[in-house]
Amino acid sequence: MQIKEIQDEIVDEFSMFDDWMQRYEYMIDLGKSLPLINEKYKTADNIIKGCQSKVWVHAELEEDKLVFTADSDAIITKGIIAILIRAFSNQKPQDIIDADTDFIDEIGLKEHLSPTRANGLVSMIKQLKLYAVAYQTQLN
Amino acid sequence: MIDVTEIRKDFPILKREVNGKPLVYLDNAATSQTPQQVIDVIVDYYQNYNANIHRGVHALSQEATDKYEVARQKIQKHFNAKNSYEIIFTSGTTHSINIVANGFTTLLEKGDEILVSAMEHHSNIVPWQMLAERTGAVLKVIPMNLAGELLMDVYDELLSNKTKLVFCNHISNALGTINPIKEIIDKAHAVGAAVLIDGAQAAPHIKADVQKLDVDFYTVSAHKMCGPTGEGMLYGKEEWLNKLPPYQGGGEMIAEVTFEKTTYADLPHKFEAGTPNICGGIAFGAALDYMNAIGFEAIAAYEHELLEYATQELLKIEGLKIYGTAKNKTSVISFNIEGLHPYDIGSILDKLGVAVRTGHHCAQPIMDFYKIPGTVRASFSFYNTMDEVDVLVKAVLRAKGMLE
Repeated sequence: MQIKEIQDEIVDEFSMFDDWMQRYEYMIDLGKSLPLINEKYKTADNIIKGCQSKVWVHAELEEDKLVFTADSDAIITKGIIAILIRAFSNQKPQDIIDADTDFIDEIGLKEHLSPTRANGLVSMIKQLKLYAVAYQTQLN
Repeated sequence: MIDVTEIRKDFPILKREVNGKPLVYLDNAATSQTPQQVIDVIVDYYQNYNANIHRGVHALSQEATDKYEVARQKIQKHFNAKNSYEIIFTSGTTHSINIVANGFTTLLEKGDEILVSAMEHHSNIVPWQMLAERTGAVLKVIPMNLAGELLMDVYDELLSNKTKLVFCNHISNALGTINPIKEIIDKAHAVGAAVLIDGAQAAPHIKADVQKLDVDFYTVSAHKMCGPTGEGMLYGKEEWLNKLPPYQGGGEMIAEVTFEKTTYADLPHKFEAGTPNICGGIAFGAALDYMNAIGFEAIAAYEHELLEYATQELLKIEGLKIYGTAKNKTSVISFNIEGLHPYDIGSILDKLGVAVRTGHHCAQPIMDFYKIPGTVRASFSFYNTMDEVDVLVKAVLRAKGMLE
């Protein structure tokens, strides 16, 4: 599936929730249930520090697609990471570079991407794109 | 006694809703809210007498200058400084500390020692680290115990004739501890060291008397005590302010300028380069008027009741731990719930209309000391109510239920 299609699917899922409580409960479940990153990649090099919570990201090229794994010490942040991974992982680097993240607004989680939250997510998205740029260069 | 219902009418922002819920504002240690009386002063300035000060001969400039200098006198009187020119207007505590840290560059030698407490805000650590790097002086830390109280016997051992400067906050922003600053000051003076007390967290709760304390420098931010942001003050003893070189060059701080040499203006203007935050200074004075009309004793007594009630109710929550349990503390409660991240708790509290701070509170060494990523911090002001404490407790319970 294309990134845009996956994003639309996520927006559809979230539209079924009536209020923030249900959205958050879903995210907390996502955060709890997903094994996100191999422990050996939770290194100082892979850490993105926010003042609020930490995020680890690892990227690997599998054939022509980029596979991301990530984790966070905060569960809501982890839930959003799970959503981001679903949208961006296992995609071609160029598609990741071109993709936007507006769907986060649409599912009502915009505040978590605000710089004031300083939770590492904004930097995480930037890091995903940087990995994509790096691997795209490699593929060229 | 405080009539909190009446007081709340002064704060328009307290009537608003957040995420569809009535705002419960418990982030007062980060910034306090502004009463209508201060907002009116800000509006009046821009509507009626906005002008640059200290140089115009026209009526507006005179009027603005007079009000600005009256504000300086109000601050002088409030903190009981000997002279009004010992009050330097700054953009806030961080600016105030940097003036002093910069000034000491020429006064320190390699091997001199600077003591700093273990519970400082980054703004009272980093400028001294930079000063130590510039001068070759050594930065030493006064440790604390698990309750968040400074180990005064270790302080005694650290003090020596090498000690040139001691820095400590009056009240810790992350823990609420009220430090024994009189003892810290007297002991530092006994070895000939100067003392800077960061009063940012204390000024909203305690009226400090700088002469009685015999403190060399005391710093305050207006926005933590019902005033505007971008405004604060540095108190310095006249002899020290005369010794320190100016921090920034520019207009206002000069006596005479030629391309060969500039002579500096007298105090306080030597440290007030450029056009200051004129409206901010005047509003700072108005904020002091407002708080003094309520009375600092009444404020402290009421906030203590809020602290005791909130502590008692929060501790009923299973797995909740409070960081900072000093005997002598102000209305700040830093806490975590076992197994939960403060960011997650804070995010859900926000959805419930409760504003708290989460994170390391710009005091990472404290978080490292307790080996935690951060805390949730609820900080109370005299306009908070017991009902709001109940809302906080319910919201924390709800967050706990969702996250576990």
